[in-house]
Formats: sequence, C-alpha cells, structure tokens
Amino acid sequence: MPEDATTMGDEDVLRAPLVLEYPFKRTTGPVIGAFLTALREGRFIGIEDDNGKVLCPPVEYDPASGASLTKLVPVGSEGEVLSWSWNQSVRDGQPLDHPFAWVMVQLDGADTPMMHVVDAPHEAMATGMRVRARFASERIGSMDDLLCFEPVS
Amino acid sequence: MRDVAIIATAQTKHVRAATATNEVEMIQPVIQEVIERSGVDRHGFDFTCSGSSDYLAGQPFSFVMTLDAVAAWPPISESHVEMDGAWALYEAWVKIQTGHADTALVYSYGKSSPGDLPRVLSRMTDPYYEAPLWPSSVDIAALQARAAIQAGVTSEQAMADIAYRSRTSAAANPFAQLTSSAQPSALMDEEYLADPLRRHDCAPITDGGVAIVLAAGDKARSLCSRPAWIRGIDHRADGHHLNFRDLTTSPSVSIAAEKAGVANGPIEIAELHTCFTHHEPILRSALGLGDDVEVNPSGGPLAANPMMAAGLIRMVEVANRIHSGEVSRGVAHATGGHALQHNLIAVLEGEG
Repeated sequence: MPEDATTMGDEDVLRAPLVLEYPFKRTTGPVIGAFLTALREGRFIGIEDDNGKVLCPPVEYDPASGASLTKLVPVGSEGEVLSWSWNQSVRDGQPLDHPFAWVMVQLDGADTPMMHVVDAPHEAMATGMRVRARFASERIGSMDDLLCFEPVS
Repeated sequence: MRDVAIIATAQTKHVRAATATNEVEMIQPVIQEVIERSGVDRHGFDFTCSGSSDYLAGQPFSFVMTLDAVAAWPPISESHVEMDGAWALYEAWVKIQTGHADTALVYSYGKSSPGDLPRVLSRMTDPYYEAPLWPSSVDIAALQARAAIQAGVTSEQAMADIAYRSRTSAAANPFAQLTSSAQPSALMDEEYLADPLRRHDCAPITDGGVAIVLAAGDKARSLCSRPAWIRGIDHRADGHHLNFRDLTTSPSVSIAAEKAGVANGPIEIAELHTCFTHHEPILRSALGLGDDVEVNPSGGPLAANPMMAAGLIRMVEVANRIHSGEVSRGVAHATGGHALQHNLIAVLEGEG
C-alpha cells in the first residue's frame, strides 16, 4: 500500500452514507414454521432425533447424521443457563434496548441449548441459573414473539 | 498427487483504516510485488483466484473491480471465492492437481473499516433462529470463551498471556497493525468488553490484503531456491447452528489435521487464525500440537486481522520462514464462520 494511504488526512476523503440491505424472504417450512407457530401460542416445541434426543429449537435435519427429523415434541418455557456473556453496548436490532446477557439456555425437556438473551443485571448472571421466557403481548408467529428470558426468582 | 509449492508472497502494511484507498488501489501494489518476486511473466499465470466479501465492500460482484489490478486482458482463467483467501488457494491447488494449471496467482483482501464489522458478521448466523437477534461476532465469541473457561480449556489469565505474547511477537513483523502490549497483569485490570472477553482478547479491525504465487514441480524449483511445498491440505466444517456444537472443541480441525498429515512429522511453527485469544488453546488441542510448537511468531490475527486475508496470511507467514530456511515444517490454519466453524489446515515443508 502506498505510504500516503495511511497518512492522508480524513478531511481529504469524501464520505457518503451507504445503507446495504439484502431483503430476502424465506418460507419457514414444516419444522421452523411449527416452532414459530408455537411461539405465537406462547409455548415451545422441539424435535426428536433417532436417539430420542430433543433438539430445541427444532431443525429439519439431524445436525450430525443429516437424517430427516419429523417428530415434534413440546418443551418447557423455563430452563437453565449453560453459558453466558455480557452485552454492554447494545447494537441496532438486538432484542433489548439496554445492556443484557447472551445465553445458551437449555429449556426443560430439551437436550440442546438455544441461543437467546436474558434481561437481568450483570451481577445476577451465572451459569446454572434458572430462567423463564418472556413473550410479547401481541404475537404474530415470528422470533420477535419471544422477547427474552428473565431470571426465575 | 502433484507437488505444489508457494514460491512467492506479498502483503500490505495492515492498518485500522485505509481511508484514502479503495480495494483495487489497496491490493494492486501487492499483486505487482508478488508477480515481480515470483519471476513469472504477468501474462504467464495459468489460473488466478481471489477471495473477498461483498458484505464488506458494500456492493454485489465487488471482486470484478479488483480484476483491474491483475490485468485481465487478454482474457485469463479466473475464479473467486466469497471466503478467506486460504480457500482461494485451495481452489488453485485443486486446479493444479487436476492438471489444468502449473502456476497460479492467489490474492485476497478486505476493508472492514467502513462499517460496524461485528454487526456485519452477525449476518453469518442461521437466518431463522439466530440472525433475528443480531448477535455480533464478539458476542458469540464471548459465549464460546465462557464455555471454554468453564470446561477448563483456558482461563482469563491464560488468554491475557496469549494476547501479550502475540502482540509483542508482532514487534518483529513489519506488516502488523498492533506491535506492543501492556503486561498481562495490567491487561487483567482492564474492563470487560463483553464479559468474559476484554478488548485485548479480540483481534483488531483491520484493512489489508495478501497475495501468493503457487507453482508445481520443476516449475517451482526453477523459480524459487527453497519452495514451501504444500504436503497436505484439507478443510472441514462443523454445523452451522452454534447451539448444536460443543464450542470448547473443534472436531473439524482435528479431521482436517489428520487428513493433511499434521502428525506425520515434527511441527516447528504453527500460524493459527485466532481471531480471539481463547481460539489458541482450542486449536492447539484439536491439532495435537505439543508445548514446544511456537504459535503465531508473526503475532497472528491478534496483531493484524484483515478479513478475507488473515487466513491466507497464515500460510504466507509459514511459507516465508521456509523460504528463508528458518524452519523446515510448519502448519497453517484458516477459519471461516463464527466460533471456528469452518477450518482449513495446510502442512508446509521445505526440502533439504
């Protein structure tokens, strides 16, 4: 790179905003669609693999073997935090407008965790803590229906 | 299998923001430099392959612009991957293996500075369950780091030690962006960026690029006094969904390392694509590296992390040390996706 590439002052560079969007639409299909429909009803479902292990959120294919999965089963709305990190600076689009925790939460009746967020103070966060889902009051069958998780007191 | 070697390399001086140059202007001098070093005529390459990302460039088919930097007239045989340049090298290696080329020019580049990189990278997640939450690359890495700490794979102290070692090693690397570090004890006093990660645990945001020339057999020997032979190369991916993976291990690295023959001889150095400090112990373990193996003598991505190039640069750093005679056998690793999802392993050797 030429020497002046790093030394040229910012004031010499013309700037303009660029909003980049890839507005794809997807159909959700029989498994993901069923999960989103359950969210609209304020509940969770998972899917059983060939060994009877319950994956939640459900996927159409076994992540290890690739086998088709079809057996949807109910899963609880409370669960346990397996891993967490703290999100101090909230970015556009994230579920909450104030600092929160990212978590891997394993819902009761599931054998895998799901990634979501917990609305709690930083000092309240701990692996092994119990959390419950907080749903939106008006639900439309999208991931936005699940607002976050909150500590079970 | 045909013998294929890296015979020449070049890279940019990596910077936080190459504000005054576009991608073509940034990579063209590097391509010029590597062509001159290789001794191959500008129009003599049988194949050209590049790696870059439209998500960083902000426009579709952005790599077409960069072909201006290689002079694509008269027409050339050319390809592109929307991946790190290490995978462009892999495609070129396959092209040579199939007998369709004896020489190849490979380059990759990225300018991450114009946007909010951690947010842009949230678009790599599963589009149904994860992407709607907009988890940044740092958020996801922090979840992985917590899991690794809980599993006893590493500790915040060990991670600070890795940051210190990497950035002080980079003092000898003229292309690095970060070339110094406070002592680990002082690093541990810093505030969390994303608990359990502190700023020093994260690779910097970097603009830069890299280029290499591959040649086969006697062609490589005639152009380079000590070619860096690619003795094994393989890439494997773990599942896309973060929640179905054990983030404290990397099965795909272990498979690729076995296929590439990492254990078939002593490893002197390893250049690992560690975008976060906790990646190093996970990779060391998955690769089966002993404590005597020097990791990231260049400083690694923790000292300079140009997206789309940082993986190919790992191969360059091993190859350079083979070219100079400093080492005889090393391993290079490149990664793509979140939390070490997709991994490429190459074993490079010098002769004599």
